[in-house]
Amino acid sequence: MAVNVSVPTILRTHTGGEKSVEASGSTVAEVIEDLESRHSGIKGRLVKDGSLHRFINVYVNDEDVRFAGGLAAAVQDGDNVTILPAVAGGRESHPVR
Amino acid sequence: MLRIRRDLVDAMVEHARRDHPDEACGVLAGPVGSERPERFIEMTNAERSPNFYRFDSMEDIRLERELDSRDEQRVVIYHSHTATEAYPSRTDVNIAGYPEAHYVLISTRDPDVHELRSYRIIDGEVTEEPVEVVESYMFSHTGADDVPDLP
Repeated sequence: MAVNVSVPTILRTHTGGEKSVEASGSTVAEVIEDLESRHSGIKGRLVKDGSLHRFINVYVNDEDVRFAGGLAAAVQDGDNVTILPAVAGGRESHPVR
Repeated sequence: MLRIRRDLVDAMVEHARRDHPDEACGVLAGPVGSERPERFIEMTNAERSPNFYRFDSMEDIRLERELDSRDEQRVVIYHSHTATEAYPSRTDVNIAGYPEAHYVLISTRDPDVHELRSYRIIDGEVTEEPVEVVESYMFSHTGADDVPDLP
């Protein structure tokens, strides 16, 4: 399954600055492996301990894959995969300042 | 430096006050490459917590599409701290994923006087920047096409 992947600014160091790249796979996991084969290092930014990184959101046709099986979510030919960094934060008990 | 129109500052502070003691969060959108915040977009804090914030993931992708279609980007990403100072926490810094954005922090720890400060967070480094509040962008040399600069 050939898909188009939108890459956020922060990950474009792995794609030579490209914001849109092609990939193939039947699941999100396979698409990420395929991306890694051509854009080395990107997988480590997306996957941690066998699942999607906590602060990365991946969408297939604008649906959050966490509601469709996460890395196991299915991907069809022509789908649009979008990667967005999660926007989040919070205070810790011992703040930096 | 972040140059920002007063009504946008007021909107962010009002949002932070309204959601206190939960952290409030949102975006100021502006034309791609302009560094000019124009449009206030309040976002839901999916954590609804006094200690943590997170954009709802589906609201976030809808925001992204809207920005795409309008040729805009997230110029400012703001959130509030409700009991601590308006400085990014280590958690804020670790998660910050938009090196191109200005991260605005608002503290509502004092019921009468808010703090508002702005930062760039790039590769884990925090750099504070001055905030200039303007009544309008007219005559501010911001390069807006429809606004003439003073001679």
